[in-house]
Amino acid sequence: MGKPIKIKAKIKGDVAEVKALMPHPMESGARVDADTGETVPKLYIEEVVCKHNGNVVNTAFWGTGVSKNPYMAFKFKGAKPGDTLEISWRDNTGDTSVSEITFK
Amino acid sequence: MKLQRRALIRSLFTAAAVMAVPRWLLASRPDAAFDADNSASVVDDLFEGPITESDQITLKVPDIAENGAVVPVTVSTGLTDVESISVIVENNPTPLVAMFELSPQSVPDISVRIKMGESSKVQTVVKAGGKLYSASKEVKVTIGGCGG
Repeated sequence: MGKPIKIKAKIKGDVAEVKALMPHPMESGARVDADTGETVPKLYIEEVVCKHNGNVVNTAFWGTGVSKNPYMAFKFKGAKPGDTLEISWRDNTGDTSVSEITFK
Repeated sequence: MKLQRRALIRSLFTAAAVMAVPRWLLASRPDAAFDADNSASVVDDLFEGPITESDQITLKVPDIAENGAVVPVTVSTGLTDVESISVIVENNPTPLVAMFELSPQSVPDISVRIKMGESSKVQTVVKAGGKLYSASKEVKVTIGGCGG
C-alpha cells in the first residue's frame, strides 16, 4: 500500500477546485544511485483516478516524466458540501493508494 | 439450435451495451505512446486526424525552468466538450508525460509538475468535440531533471 494522498479541495460557486499531492519516488529508470553506481529501476505512477460520489471525474495516465511526489490540480462542476471525492493511484509495480475527503 | 439463437441475441445486446458506454469510461492507458521515444510516434499512436493550433488553449509553463526536475505546467481551455488533455515534452527520452481523460463533469483546467531533461518544446494536445487542438511553448532548462 502506497502512502496516503494529501487532498485539498474547496467549492467555489458550482466548481470544485482540487489539489492533490501524492508522495511517491517516481523513478524514471534513468537515475544512477550515487553511492552504489547502479541504475535505479523504474518506479512510477501510471494511473490516477478521481471520483466524485463514486463517479469518475477524470483519469490521469502518467509516464516517467511526472515529477517526484506528484502534484496535480483539477476542477469539476456539480460538487456540494457533504459530497465525497476519492483519489487513487496505481504504479507500474501494481502498488496502489486510495484517499477520500468530504467537501465542506 | 434454439439455445444458440438465444446466445446470439444475448451477445448482440451485450455488444450494443458496451458500445453505448461513452468513450471516456473505457479509458485504458495508452502504453505504446508512453514508451515511444520521439514525439512524432507519440502523436501517431495517440491521435487520429489533423491537429490544429488553437489560441483557445492556455499553456502555462515557465520560460526558463531553473530546475528541470520540477516544472509546473497548467493547461486550460475555453474549448467545449473536452475529452482529453495531453502533455508532450519533445526532447524528453519518453516525450509523453501525461494524458488526462476528462468526463463531461470536468472543467478543462489541469495542473501537474513534470520533469524536463533539457530545454525543449512543451506541447499540449486537447481533444474536444472529437477534434484535436494544440498549443506549445519553448522552455529553457538550466539544470536537467532526468537521471543523476
